[in-house]
Amino acid sequence: MTASTFSYALEVVNLKKAFGGLAVTQNVSLSIRPGERRLIIGPNGAGKTTLFNQISGDLRPNSGSIRLFGSDITHLPPYKRAHFGLSRTYQIITLFTGDTLEHNVTLGLLGLRRARWQMWRPLSFYGNMTTEARRTLDAVGLLQLATHPISDIAYGERRRVELAMALAQQPRVLLLDEPLAGLSNTERATVKSLIASIPRQTTVIMIEHDMDTALDLAETVTLLNYGRVIVDGERDAVIADERTREVYLGT
Amino acid sequence: MQFWIIQGLNSLSLGGLLFLLSSGFSLIFGLMRLANLTHGAFFMLGTYFAATAMRTYDDLNIWVTALGAGIAVAAVGGLFERLVLTRLKANPLGQVLVTLGMSFIISDACLMFWGGDSIPVPTPPNLQSPTRVFGFVFPTYRLVLVGCAIATATLLYFLIERTRLGAMIRAGVDDRQMARAVGIPVSNLFTLVFCLGAGIAGAGGVLGGPILSAYPGLDADMLPLALIVVILGGIGSLLGAFIGSFIIGIIYTFGTALFPELAYIILFLPMIFVIAFRPQGLFGRVGT
Amino acid sequence: MKWIGAALLAGSLLLPPLFAGDFYINLASQILIAAIFALSLNLLVGFGGMTSLGHASYLGVGAYISALLTSRYGFGHGAAALLSIAGTTAMAAFFGVIALRASGLGFLMITLALSQVLWGLAYRMSNVTNGDNGVAGLTRPAPFGISLDSPISFYWFALIVATFALVMMAIFVSSAFGSSLKGVRDQPRRMAALGFNPWLIRWITFVYAGFWGGVAGLLYVYYHKYIHPTSLSTTSSAEALLGVIAGGSGTLGGPAVGAALVLLLKNYVSAYLERWNMLLGLVFLFIVLVMPTGIVPGVSRLTTRLRGGVR
Repeated sequence: MTASTFSYALEVVNLKKAFGGLAVTQNVSLSIRPGERRLIIGPNGAGKTTLFNQISGDLRPNSGSIRLFGSDITHLPPYKRAHFGLSRTYQIITLFTGDTLEHNVTLGLLGLRRARWQMWRPLSFYGNMTTEARRTLDAVGLLQLATHPISDIAYGERRRVELAMALAQQPRVLLLDEPLAGLSNTERATVKSLIASIPRQTTVIMIEHDMDTALDLAETVTLLNYGRVIVDGERDAVIADERTREVYLGT
Repeated sequence: MQFWIIQGLNSLSLGGLLFLLSSGFSLIFGLMRLANLTHGAFFMLGTYFAATAMRTYDDLNIWVTALGAGIAVAAVGGLFERLVLTRLKANPLGQVLVTLGMSFIISDACLMFWGGDSIPVPTPPNLQSPTRVFGFVFPTYRLVLVGCAIATATLLYFLIERTRLGAMIRAGVDDRQMARAVGIPVSNLFTLVFCLGAGIAGAGGVLGGPILSAYPGLDADMLPLALIVVILGGIGSLLGAFIGSFIIGIIYTFGTALFPELAYIILFLPMIFVIAFRPQGLFGRVGT
Repeated sequence: MKWIGAALLAGSLLLPPLFAGDFYINLASQILIAAIFALSLNLLVGFGGMTSLGHASYLGVGAYISALLTSRYGFGHGAAALLSIAGTTAMAAFFGVIALRASGLGFLMITLALSQVLWGLAYRMSNVTNGDNGVAGLTRPAPFGISLDSPISFYWFALIVATFALVMMAIFVSSAFGSSLKGVRDQPRRMAALGFNPWLIRWITFVYAGFWGGVAGLLYVYYHKYIHPTSLSTTSSAEALLGVIAGGSGTLGGPAVGAALVLLLKNYVSAYLERWNMLLGLVFLFIVLVMPTGIVPGVSRLTTRLRGGVR
């Protein structure tokens, strides 16, 4: 790996995080290539969401580094990482419940644009943003509900809006934190096909608790346990690995 | 030299007084996550109580008065907590606003009842004669105040760290949901802690009486000091409140003595410094 | 329905000077000043989700700077006004940096502590501020040579400034920035993940709110021709906050109505009792316990319940 022009989409090097005496991330290193579909699995408490929080900047690691397409983002606040092309969804849906679907996705677009500092023109002035928001809603099959408030729509539909918001900015790296959690079978199928249709310009890293459903979306898998990387590699190899079985079945 | 020693002692006694004021505030904030803006008024109630009681009954013991005031103010606090604060569990901002409202009610009631003049509180006769230490003469009462603060700090320490009640309080501070889940009666604990905090403030008001006197606006003078001590010392940390009280006592006393007009700015500075570099205070837990 | 409301409002604002006596015109002027002050606070509370108990700092400092520059240092009103606004805005910028190190209760406590320190300074730096005596004998400006000494002319002046303030604040909150602000209020973590800078958005709003608080302070000192440390007190901040909550922080104009109600109540009560502070406290308790979202929604809920109960 000495090529200077080749960049990993996301590179995590020797990441360590401890809360007081409790080590939650222990020397975690990941190398994810552009366009890859990586699934991060592990039992409860393995440190998956904590890892995501450090990548997105919500948590500061004690040591180690994080690089996005070669740029060191370890010490950047979360909002700056978005400008480097990082996007994420959350385990708990964090939409603006009092606003319409269209407004939610428009906010998703506004975050990277200079217009967000505009102190006299209203959002409605930016017709092209509204058009783009509607196009994104259409891509997730929710255009017909564009003018409805979030509070009106079902959980599965909210997951899709969450996804729409994250995708609206055409991120380079997308972190999906348990995107299939709490969905019914039909909703799950819809969201899965949406994830599968994400263009290759976006590198996708997913956390899923339920291995079975998420595995067909993954190309590579990382298994975490007690904050450490146990197995890391091509999907089928990781599934067949002894250690994977140990983690999930044995103690 | 004389100046420094005297101001030094004054700092310590003010620090002791501030600890009596802010320990309750810190306890309440730590457990109930409530910024009790009535706290200055609770303190003032104690002072007015002492002013009346000790002027009516010449030989009334100050410790008895402090105990009496503590109980009375604790009762007022308890009623307020049960009748008003518990209804606002889901509204933390509302809780703060009603404590503000309550402080207006109490301070205006004091004004109505006791009038606008400052009422001095007599220093207990057996503590009036000065003490000689290393050739210097100190007002005894001020030394006693420091002793009171240390005694209160010790008692609170034992209560919180060594008793079952204290363990329940600490559990409630760390994780309210979990504490409730293991059967700790959290809402009763809240009432108890609020009464305790208010009671200590009331007793502190009595003990501070001989130095401060009872006057309208005492509550408004005391509350920001309690806020600054807790901002400095960290929320929910008794050690922080203890050390913070003495630091503020020193800064305020020397500041007022050396630069009387700018004393408030000098109070301001450590607070800004702490907020800028260590927002959790000197001893507070990170990420409260 | 909306047009009737607008017509009533316009009527109540434009007609008094023609028909009412001096007392009511003066009262109306005071209401306008309190309204601007409450609206500026609501930029923080309602739109920014930042509850401040120290907003009186900006009113008081704005007033004191103008008062001292004109009465003691011989500045003309124009220069004094500019310096006052500049000074107040700079102070808001500085205080904002300090207060925004925290959020929620921490923010509240810091704004309270900061404003109490200013209040204490106003009392104690008596060779500058004249302490408890306040600064008296002030004059009103005469913009374009027009005197503002009569109640009617001051009222028109206040009405023009208030309208301007309302329009500017309306533009601000409905702008794209306003949408960002409301987003940060509702879901700060999500907004950061989307690329918005929550701290900067809040700080800008804090400074803007301080700016308008300073403008209210100027009008305040022009109206009263006198300034006293009480204007910097927690009571002063609390009255504005009560106006915001009572009128409803969710709308742009609600706080103005709430501020009007608080002022009218204060005037009425002060005429008969000395116990305004106690009443203020009781009203706080009442509003928070019974009508936390404001009087208008609270009253409509009560009437619905009453109607339902009768049946």
